[in-house]
Amino acid sequence: MRHRKYPFIVGFLIVPVALYALLVIWPYLQTFGYSLTDWSGESTVMHFVGLRNYTALFSDAVFRQALLHNVLLLVFLPVITILLALFFAFMLNVGGRAGTGGVQGVRGAAVYKVVFFFPQVLSIAILAVLFEAVYRSDGGGLLNGVLLKLGLEDPQHPIEWLNDPGLVLWSILAILVWSGVGFYLVLFSAAMQSIPREIYEAALLDGAGRVQTFFRVTLPLLWDSVQTAWVYLAIAAMDAFALVSTLTPGVAYGGGPDYHGEVMATYLMRNFLYFGKSGYACAMGVVILFLTLILSAIALRVTRRERIEF
Amino acid sequence: MSTPIKDPTPAPADLGPAPRPRKADAPARFADSGGVLNVFSHGFLALWAVMIVLPLAWIVLSSFKTDAQIGGSAWTWPSHWSFEVFVRAWNKGIGGFFLNTVIVLAFSVALTMLFGAMAAYVLARYEFPGNRVIYYFFVAGAMFPVYLALVPLFFMVRNLGMLNTYQGLILVYVAYSLPFTVFFLHSFFRTLPTAVHEAAMIDGCSHTRAFFQVMLPIAKPGLLSVGIFNVLGQWNQYILPLTLMQKQSGADRDHSMLTQGLVNLALQQGYAGDMPALFAGMTIAMLPVLVVYLSFQRQVQAGLTAGTLK
Repeated sequence: MRHRKYPFIVGFLIVPVALYALLVIWPYLQTFGYSLTDWSGESTVMHFVGLRNYTALFSDAVFRQALLHNVLLLVFLPVITILLALFFAFMLNVGGRAGTGGVQGVRGAAVYKVVFFFPQVLSIAILAVLFEAVYRSDGGGLLNGVLLKLGLEDPQHPIEWLNDPGLVLWSILAILVWSGVGFYLVLFSAAMQSIPREIYEAALLDGAGRVQTFFRVTLPLLWDSVQTAWVYLAIAAMDAFALVSTLTPGVAYGGGPDYHGEVMATYLMRNFLYFGKSGYACAMGVVILFLTLILSAIALRVTRRERIEF
Repeated sequence: MSTPIKDPTPAPADLGPAPRPRKADAPARFADSGGVLNVFSHGFLALWAVMIVLPLAWIVLSSFKTDAQIGGSAWTWPSHWSFEVFVRAWNKGIGGFFLNTVIVLAFSVALTMLFGAMAAYVLARYEFPGNRVIYYFFVAGAMFPVYLALVPLFFMVRNLGMLNTYQGLILVYVAYSLPFTVFFLHSFFRTLPTAVHEAAMIDGCSHTRAFFQVMLPIAKPGLLSVGIFNVLGQWNQYILPLTLMQKQSGADRDHSMLTQGLVNLALQQGYAGDMPALFAGMTIAMLPVLVVYLSFQRQVQAGLTAGTLK
């Protein structure tokens, strides 16, 4: 069976590898190259400017503000999402104690899991249009409608979720959390189910309560998954492009009001397609890429613990 | 084997007053707060479920409202239950976007699966120099946010003369779906037994035939999982069509994908004066995803979390 092995291997690999190299790898590499030029995007003329794009970035006030917003998202998005997802996963897998005994989730756990996960399969574009309607700045918006109904806000001055400089970023964050919790819930659930039941039962026999079981048994055994979730959420926090560009006010790709909703990705796209500063935009892309990589590496290193085999 | 444990507490409702036997170091407060915690956590689960379902149900309901009702309070109950609004939305462009998306997906998902399975199979089952390099080459692509490659990708597709064409978008979708598909199927092919394949080879089967007639049928569960993932992922793709499927001239046909078309309609007030049709359009866009998700939710959850589990 050794004969004709290499023609077969080459024949099977050539199309996927060529397609992938041409449309994925090559554009990524080109981004690095363009970041060293003053390319405008439309013309084919470009000059090598060395690292000038990168130095210009650091004195760009809008970019710094966008960076600050990404850092805020980077701190709050993983923390809130992981805490909620861990809590829900624990409730749905080992939270129920009553009735039959043993270790199991609360009643209706399967239904909850299906419902919580659903936002994850919706397109980010659908989410944008959906929350456009939810965040509407009058009583016709769902959120303001609910708050009015509960008597928590003044009908004359409904909250302008996406136009209020102090609220716009948190409104975006809320959408990210809303849609993300289900995914991490399922991720943690899968990991929890791979923990041998006997460990929980032993903890139960020793008289551990739910809170103790969670902190002393579940969390340490889930640490790998939590780390993975952290990295994934960090990448999501560095992005946020689709939501910000469609939901927030602004000339091109949102970012308003007055840069209070700006993130690096929207600023990048505006420089690229609207201001015609493609080289500058590519430099921004490279900075974002390295920030993401560095932060992921730091997150993995800081949270590293001895792995518990079970 | 897990032994069912007789739990001294009968039901969650009267969990509070019944103290459990516990060790000295186990704080008694947990037993006392059991009932409260139960109510709290069940309430929180239910609240989160409502927060997921409410906006989605609200959107569906809104498609049956009139413009005046949508502009008014969020709490008005729809008055005319006619499906005419869906026909109207369909004719206003959603129908065209829907068909575009179906055409592109029919080819892109099929090709993604074919090329992904071919590459993953060869990489998982054949030893040859450069095997690991090509594997990591594929996996690395999943690490970077897509918008980093958008600038060069746009010009690449333009140079190929494929902007705003089905075949251009199909090739791009295939290329950007390959990393996850190869990664997932690679580990899947590794777990399959080698005996059947060896038997086929001894019987004089060629490598190619062994793949298509022996290995692919065995790999059906894995192919189904990743296939559904690709259908959902490509159906929901937003930023790629937004960049690549813009009309190039006035005479150019509109090849917008569903998500992109929907956002454009929402943002450009294409539905000004006809909000119900916009909501109906969103319902149309969500329905296929909902149906696919509910019918295959086990595979969807397995597929989405597969890449992140150890």
